[in-house]
Amino acid sequence: MKRRTFFKSTAAAGAAATAAPAIWSEAKAQARNETLLIVGESPPNSMDIHGVGANRPAYEVSWNTHDRLITYGVKKDANGNDHYDYTKLEPELATDWNVTPTSATFKLRKDAKFHDGTPVTARDVKWSFDRAVTVGGFPTFQMAAGSLTKPEQFVAIDDNTFRVDFLRADKLTMPDIGVPVPVIMNSELCKKNATATDPWAMEWCKNNHASGGAYKVDRWQPGQEVVYVRNDDWKNGPLPKVKRVIMRIIPSAGNRRALLERGDADLSFDLPSKDFAELKSSPKLTVIGTPIENAMMYLGMNVNQKPFDNVKVRQAVAWAVPYQQIMDSVLFGQAIPLYGGADNKFKGIYWPQKDGYKTDIAKAKALMAEAGYPAGFETTLSFDLGLASTNEPLTVLVQESLAQIGIKTTINKVPGANWRGELLKKNMPMITNAFGGWLNYPEYFFFWCYHGQNAVFNTMGYKNPTMDALIDKARFTTGPEYEAAVKGFIDIAFEEVPRVPIFQPLLNVAMQKNVTGYRYWFHRQLDYRQLAKG
Amino acid sequence: MLKLLLSRLATAIPSIVGVVVVTFMLTRLLPGDPAAYFAGLAASPQAIAEIRSKLGLDKSLPEQFVGYIADLAHGNLGNSLSTGQPVVSEIANRLPASAELTLSALLLAVAIAIPLGVLAAVKQGTWIDHLCRIVTTAGVSLPVFFTGLLFAYVFYYLLQWAPAPTGRLDVFLSPPADITGFYLIDSALTGNLETFWGALRQLALPAISMAIFSLAPLARMTRGSMLAVLGSDFIRTARASGLAPRTVVFTYAFRNAVLPVITTLGMVFSFLLGANVLVETVFAWPGIGLYAVNALITSDYAPVQGFVLTMAVLYVALNLLIDFLYGLVDPRVRLDT
Repeated sequence: MKRRTFFKSTAAAGAAATAAPAIWSEAKAQARNETLLIVGESPPNSMDIHGVGANRPAYEVSWNTHDRLITYGVKKDANGNDHYDYTKLEPELATDWNVTPTSATFKLRKDAKFHDGTPVTARDVKWSFDRAVTVGGFPTFQMAAGSLTKPEQFVAIDDNTFRVDFLRADKLTMPDIGVPVPVIMNSELCKKNATATDPWAMEWCKNNHASGGAYKVDRWQPGQEVVYVRNDDWKNGPLPKVKRVIMRIIPSAGNRRALLERGDADLSFDLPSKDFAELKSSPKLTVIGTPIENAMMYLGMNVNQKPFDNVKVRQAVAWAVPYQQIMDSVLFGQAIPLYGGADNKFKGIYWPQKDGYKTDIAKAKALMAEAGYPAGFETTLSFDLGLASTNEPLTVLVQESLAQIGIKTTINKVPGANWRGELLKKNMPMITNAFGGWLNYPEYFFFWCYHGQNAVFNTMGYKNPTMDALIDKARFTTGPEYEAAVKGFIDIAFEEVPRVPIFQPLLNVAMQKNVTGYRYWFHRQLDYRQLAKG
Repeated sequence: MLKLLLSRLATAIPSIVGVVVVTFMLTRLLPGDPAAYFAGLAASPQAIAEIRSKLGLDKSLPEQFVGYIADLAHGNLGNSLSTGQPVVSEIANRLPASAELTLSALLLAVAIAIPLGVLAAVKQGTWIDHLCRIVTTAGVSLPVFFTGLLFAYVFYYLLQWAPAPTGRLDVFLSPPADITGFYLIDSALTGNLETFWGALRQLALPAISMAIFSLAPLARMTRGSMLAVLGSDFIRTARASGLAPRTVVFTYAFRNAVLPVITTLGMVFSFLLGANVLVETVFAWPGIGLYAVNALITSDYAPVQGFVLTMAVLYVALNLLIDFLYGLVDPRVRLDT
């Protein structure tokens, strides 16, 4: 067959294939305009954020289908995009509140109703808060981060008044009431479906909703899709513009990108850095990258093992990381550098911030010699295969660079499911890892990652009584005393460098040009309520 | 016949028991701690311990095994942690999706491979024989995920002939009423032409990618087996007796040549069930392969065990079916048992 005739015949076949029978209904085009199609990588595993092992996509379901007492305000970020504002608490179910040093009293909206039409009362709020602090696991832990631990703290005064009694003055208590965990659930409906062994209806709530939020779940096919419809009777905020939202799971990243570029999907978070960098120049799509607050990718060293117990060795490593190469060839510029600052000191009350390290092999060699390792040593560098698209090239670059100062590294790839378990053991000599905290306070990050309580995220096993005292002080103080404490622990972190900050990751999202109103949230899930299409 | 059925079933029991024990042990030997994984981002050691005891993972292995067997006896395969659903209902929901895809691919492959193989054998050395050789070589050397990705890129992204690879149905169509679980059959039964056409369009690319993969062994086996039979004495006799070439080829030769083809068909079918995993990932097909992969990645024991068990039962059933097909095609096999 000649080339030309081949093309002709394939073109004819194509025309035949596209001339499909006209059986598409009129309603479909209409539905397409009123529906937002989101394509993602991983599906929710529960409809209940308090459930055992509820995953991040489940937080998104919960965030859009439930209300909380209060929410956060909005500001514009440096690029002019909407960004939640952690300094401003705003009404959601509560219309106003009064905070005293010992308690907070909330007035609830009078005409708010759950999806089944039952009015929302303070008894529902108390039941929901009791549930969050009682069921254990992640919700209970998150509540405790704001000093909310006992059911006795929560008082339903009358139908529309609810009080939270404080255990101590903790500046995280009020912000913690606006995070995804303390959702308001329909207590009567839950109680109907509770059993003697399951008083909090955990089993029933896994697949059912007892909520009153802006969206209702219309259809949930586990592992495949969630279809939402707008709750037109929603009173706790401005009525959302999008009538229907479909979140569909497309496992292949290449196909997610193809769907976006072809205009078949409206929005997606889950793409590799390279794709986002390329899509930025696409005339058809909007790509927004927001630095993830209180998060960093870092190189951690186990301070309880030789040779990383020696601070000079750790500093030598910090001077030998190929920072710029990582930014350029691993991240394609899609991150905020955390290296190469003017000096190795505190730069203000925000986190993460730049330290003073940059790539300087001569300096690193000198430090190795001072530490007594002029010929270097051998070690292993471990990473989480679940995040291999970033981790793998990053560790290879680090390996090459460390070889220049005599450190021979073997790369150890740990399967995603195994990573958390390996972290818990705290015996990996050197790792790359990322951590991000919901509440945007430096001491919150340090409490998890540097404090001698040795939480799982203190992956370096770092213990320093001076630092612990400063972190504890920062948590419960304000004003100049607070600033001094934050300065103190940041300076120590840079000097002792148990973890070498590399970059602050971006939360990237790509969407069609006609999708507007995207807002960055600290929980990094999509809030459908502000989005508009068309 | 009944005796044969029973004896076959009896030999299947030890393999099923073996599969139950081995999958239980293997999933426990896998590295990874589901409790740590599912405890979430900010988990403390006590939060992880709480989850471990909720999942029953703090018990000894024999205790866990006894619990597992007791559940199994009640038809309970446990709950998946990553989707939060009972494994039995998930597999029941997803099996039709995989079966529809696999069977369509197999039908397509058979419809092409067998005539191609027969023709290649009858007209040995002609262009059709060369075509058969090219097709089989291509089919064997192209991994199915590669053809899948290539098809999605060319026919969806570049040419826009195929619909978006978003699973069994376009996002804006609702699934047909659940009768058999096969979308094509269900939508045809309910007379829903729009859904039928939509489901068929979605099915086309994954089914063709899998068919290309399974074509090769079928066509080669048909050709080889036909050649052997065509060269045998009874065919020569039939030809010499002046029977029409059509009768010789189809009634005498093909019927004798089909036995090894059926064996290959069984093998190809089991290959396809494995290949499903890749194709389902590429085309977001909500089948059991995709389900099993996701479960493995998250160390989610129950679905992995359920998947392997279902597959084992399917294989056993498939082998039984093939044994009976032998009996139908070739009377000698019936006498043997």
